[in-house]
Amino acid sequence: MKKIQIDHHHSPVKYISYIVGFVLSIATTLLAYFFVVNELFSKNVLIYVVMGIAVVQLVVQLVFFLHLGRGNRWKVITFAFAVLVVLIVVVGSLWIMQNLDYNMMQMSPDQMTEYMNANEGI
Amino acid sequence: MTRAEEEVAMYEKKTLGFWIYLMTDCVLFAALFATFAVLRNATAGGPGGPELFDLPFVLVETLILLTSSFTIGMALLGSVRGLKKQTLVWLFVTFALGIVFLSMELYEFMVLIGEGHGPQQSAFLSAYFTLVATHGIHIAVGLLWMAVVIVRLLRHDFKKTDVNRLALLGLFWHFLDIIWIFIFSFVYLIGGMA
Repeated sequence: MKKIQIDHHHSPVKYISYIVGFVLSIATTLLAYFFVVNELFSKNVLIYVVMGIAVVQLVVQLVFFLHLGRGNRWKVITFAFAVLVVLIVVVGSLWIMQNLDYNMMQMSPDQMTEYMNANEGI
Repeated sequence: MTRAEEEVAMYEKKTLGFWIYLMTDCVLFAALFATFAVLRNATAGGPGGPELFDLPFVLVETLILLTSSFTIGMALLGSVRGLKKQTLVWLFVTFALGIVFLSMELYEFMVLIGEGHGPQQSAFLSAYFTLVATHGIHIAVGLLWMAVVIVRLLRHDFKKTDVNRLALLGLFWHFLDIIWIFIFSFVYLIGGMA
């Protein structure tokens, strides 16, 4: 078979990188699953543990599979910007909706209508 | 610039362009995740995550997708080294794993809808179906793309442009893997807690 010549202008990606990434992502998935199924912590703690493990997995995949940081610098910059937008969208939505829930919580639907009539001019 | 250098520069540009597309896709998924998070308790008297989700089933789905992310990496490494056979074998494995993943997801949807828990039952289920199915559609498009790459490799000689194309497909596939990890963690694990 004729081999084609590919030039590696960056250091070539190695098998070991994919194998380490694969093992780590399987291990972290099983770990998160194990924690949740066996309810090792209280629910509130568990939520943060699962979130933490998800972030670790994100980093593992970015480093070992996507090789972020190799090649064009703009990749890192656009990635950082995307993370910022994602956080604003997700955290912002939750924050706003929680606030609305909090403000409306003590009211019955009739009271809410009255409140809105009085305050919002509807 | 020599022709080879021009090609490298062009490929770098394409990779960055594709990367920026992936980042905008992140924002799309962020909106869907935020919607799901806000509506997670809006079950309209119907069942919520703990009653509906079959965690062992989803764990198998996750492991299959993670494995496919690894196997496409193997295909890419094969192609970088100019090994056509290795590339094709790993691509076939990835394709098969992708099909299994997608079938499992469709089966899960069919079971839910069959039991009357379709997207129209509650805001929670609407958000769930929208988020997970959007990921599923991406996987389906990825599989189509992969099929095109496989057919090209089977019918034509191995060219450098094939390697570049495969590298972009690899990026897309790893990206979908990352999105799924977040679906698994936030929707199924956290959303499935009693």
